[in-house]
Amino acid sequence: MGHTIIDKLWNEHCIADLGDGTSLLYIDRIFLHERTGSVALKGLEDQGRHVRNPEQVFCTMDHIVDTTPGRGDATRVPNGTDFIKTTRDAARAAGLNLFDLGDDRQGIVHVVSPELGIAVPGVTLVCPDSHTCTVGGIGALAWGIGSTEAEHALATKTLVVKKPAAMRVRFEGHIPFGVTAKDMILHLIGKYTASGGVGYAIEFAGQTISDLPIEARLTLCNMAVEFGAWTGVVAPDAKTFEYVKGRPYAPKAEAWDRAVEHWKSLVSDSDAEFDREITIDVAQIVPQITWGTSPQHETGIDQRVPDPRQEPDANRRLSMERALEYMSLEPGTPLEGIPIDAAFIGSCTNSRLSDLRNAANILKGRKVAPGVKAICVPGSTQVKLAAEAEGLDRVFTEAGFEWRESGCSMCFFAGGESFGVEERVVTSTNRNFENRQGPRTRSHLASPTTVAASAVLGNLADVRKLERLRAGSNSE
Amino acid sequence: MCGNWNGCEPAAIVNKFTRLKAIAAPLLRINVDTDAIIPSREIKRVSKVGLSDGLFAGWRYTEPGGRVEDPGFILNRDPFRQAQILLSGLNFGCGSSREHAVWALAEWGIRSIIAPSYGAIFYANCARNGVLPVILDNDVVEDMARQVTDEPEQHLISVDLVDCTVTAPDDTVHAFEIDAADREMLLEGLDAIDVTRKRDDEILAFQARDRLRRPWIYL
Ligand code: SF4
Repeated sequence: MGHTIIDKLWNEHCIADLGDGTSLLYIDRIFLHERTGSVALKGLEDQGRHVRNPEQVFCTMDHIVDTTPGRGDATRVPNGTDFIKTTRDAARAAGLNLFDLGDDRQGIVHVVSPELGIAVPGVTLVCPDSHTCTVGGIGALAWGIGSTEAEHALATKTLVVKKPAAMRVRFEGHIPFGVTAKDMILHLIGKYTASGGVGYAIEFAGQTISDLPIEARLTLCNMAVEFGAWTGVVAPDAKTFEYVKGRPYAPKAEAWDRAVEHWKSLVSDSDAEFDREITIDVAQIVPQITWGTSPQHETGIDQRVPDPRQEPDANRRLSMERALEYMSLEPGTPLEGIPIDAAFIGSCTNSRLSDLRNAANILKGRKVAPGVKAICVPGSTQVKLAAEAEGLDRVFTEAGFEWRESGCSMCFFAGGESFGVEERVVTSTNRNFENRQGPRTRSHLASPTTVAASAVLGNLADVRKLERLRAGSNSE
Repeated sequence: MCGNWNGCEPAAIVNKFTRLKAIAAPLLRINVDTDAIIPSREIKRVSKVGLSDGLFAGWRYTEPGGRVEDPGFILNRDPFRQAQILLSGLNFGCGSSREHAVWALAEWGIRSIIAPSYGAIFYANCARNGVLPVILDNDVVEDMARQVTDEPEQHLISVDLVDCTVTAPDDTVHAFEIDAADREMLLEGLDAIDVTRKRDDEILAFQARDRLRRPWIYL
């Protein structure tokens, strides 16, 4: 029987079979950020342990840094500066690669790591952050860990991991107008639930995935964890190689040729067997929006808020009822047209250059509706600079968006900035949990284009309609 | 079986887990995420301790950031304040990787969780902190939740990691499965780094071979 890409990546890094399906895996690269990396580095220090191969460990500041222009170490997060300073000092003492505030390589860890060529095909990469699976989009085996496991990886360059089952999710068909990778992954989670991927590593495959640009593959894999999966991966192909080539930490000269030769073998064999297969017809997907407090609480923008009474499963019904109460929504209300207070474009899911370009296309020549607070936070300083070089910042600011320095910003609330109590936000982020973006803040997850369209109209909006207006008689 | 994990000398003793008979608190919600277990705003220091006050803060207190208890929340009610076991729904501990979720639970007093499934990172974090995550069918968990609701002090649940069984208040015994490595770590209170260190020769030999095979990885 052939091997899946997951088998291949696993076997290549297996130092020892510990029995019972568990392996001692070699970890190529480790990324840390100031929120959870600080405690891991401090833990190691307290135990008198050292980082093995610090040259393969990277560290940036993203989670609780201020994102207003002209920022320094000060942050609105209580004691946030402690986290920044502790991380900086520990990273310097350990000799790690540090992309600090003020360095133009700084940014959200999962945006920075492929951008700098740290995540390349075939590497094992871990970070004490659940969205590490993002870089599966480049063909890396990457997953989130806790701080204690991070200490283990730092000290030994290995992790003890139980091999997950393998699932293949095929997306087939042509992507309809107005639909993005974000809508594809939300649709998958909505259909198969937020625990549908528990126990699995997922290969995303199919014609649609081959057609997707790399940044869209990163968006897709980013939310594998929201599907409950251990990680997600897309087999590297010519597009991947083209994306990786020339990036600062990517292989160069002859090493490049050897690497590509090897990377080409990192595909599932035609006779490989997966423990589970799902196929999604992309043509059926419309722009998606969440209405509740779990990513599985989602549906098409042309639908209505569902009625919990029609849910046969008691647990799900209860969770729907709680969610609608928190979100202050009535069953049967059309989602399109629900008024919003704020719009947010950012996060490791949707803050890369292509996301900003897509949103800017919608915003060009338009204004954010009165009373809507709109913020755009580029995913990295590199993204910010590139966007500014092509004038996207002006499109955003002229439309009425704030244009920020890079960081996680209001993707999550850590006691600093928030959208406010009971404010309704349409957001390009990945989690709509209770209180995630602020105490009692109500979050609706969507693609950056849906966020932009909603910001313009002042309510949850169908981006397809807005664009048809612009197109006039064009019949897209 | 994972023979390699036996016979290792523990250099540092973490919390051991063998058997526990205790009050169990039912929190039967699905997809309880780590943001709910410990909101990020409650993580105020670069530290693994001082987190129990923030446990379930969004549900436990009437106001975000406040400390006035909501009497409706299960862990605010006697005798569930003394609970050492938590019963919950599908996908417990999903979401953020923050290990603070396990540290907060452990510091508050929870030593074992019983749920039908878990977020993967949370599950891995548990065994490294002396907290036993038990996987049992949802029906079984719900049935036990019913049994502990009346007179929880009389209706204790027993969790036995030696036999890998849970005994419900009505004396029904349910077997559960756990990875050998996690079980060993919990039973012996082993420090995982010390255990792996014993394989350092193997690790370094792998690295030397790998350097020739995949030179582009090495910076
Ligand atoms: S952008 Fe949000 S989800 Fe991504 S790493 Fe930062 S806090 Fe986590």
